[in-house]
Amino acid sequence: MPLDPEIVGRSYPPAPPHEVTTDSVRTFVEATGASYDAGPAPATYPIVPAFTAMMGFLEAEALDLSRIVHGAQEFRHERPVVPGDVLTVALSVASVRSIGGNDIIATSSEVTDADGALVCTGTATLVHRGPEEGS
Amino acid sequence: MSDALAAVTYRVTREALVAYAAASGDHNPIHQDEQVARAVGLPGVIAHGMYTLALAARYVDEQVGERGRIATIGAKFTKPVVVPVEGVDVEVSGVRKDDRTLAVTVTCEGVTVLGRCQVTLRD
Repeated sequence: MPLDPEIVGRSYPPAPPHEVTTDSVRTFVEATGASYDAGPAPATYPIVPAFTAMMGFLEAEALDLSRIVHGAQEFRHERPVVPGDVLTVALSVASVRSIGGNDIIATSSEVTDADGALVCTGTATLVHRGPEEGS
Repeated sequence: MSDALAAVTYRVTREALVAYAAASGDHNPIHQDEQVARAVGLPGVIAHGMYTLALAARYVDEQVGERGRIATIGAKFTKPVVVPVEGVDVEVSGVRKDDRTLAVTVTCEGVTVLGRCQVTLRD
């Protein structure tokens, strides 16, 4: 069954704030084979709190992660993320389209700092695969 | 202005995907477990799309010489990066479109895996 289009515009309670530490950035950087001592986090680091927010969204809408394919992602930064930031992500659904039995969900995640200032905006395209034929 | 940047090869291993899962919180088993990946119709363990995009960001950071210059980064995850037990190479290259804009290409086994991967830089 396609997703209820009424989820467009819906907002979800923010996940607990994510504290950016030198260690959390180093772990992220080293997984990509690079090294890190100090300074700004990589541009895709905000996926860490954004992924938590996405899991909250999936749970709220009773969607199964195993049926979700990440179709596209963009981050637009107001400033780089740095250790010491405490980030909060507010996710909302921008659009839902149903194509060939799959739902194409566009989400927008606003990442703000402890002062409430916008740090970056993440937009994701999530493909929610419908049930297989005959199941 | 349109300048090609040097191509760089990065090795992607399953160990790195496990480390990335821990760092990012994305523990979807299709990125770690061969049996689960095959059960859902994938050819094998695949890298997180965001892992591949992180490599594109790493490439740009290395080309410009520092982190924190990327203002926007985005891509479509058009093809999976299949990671066998022994690991796999991905090749990243870029073209400077103007002072602030780079088009990044990521290929694996000769196949382009990111669509419309574009990065803009801040001053």
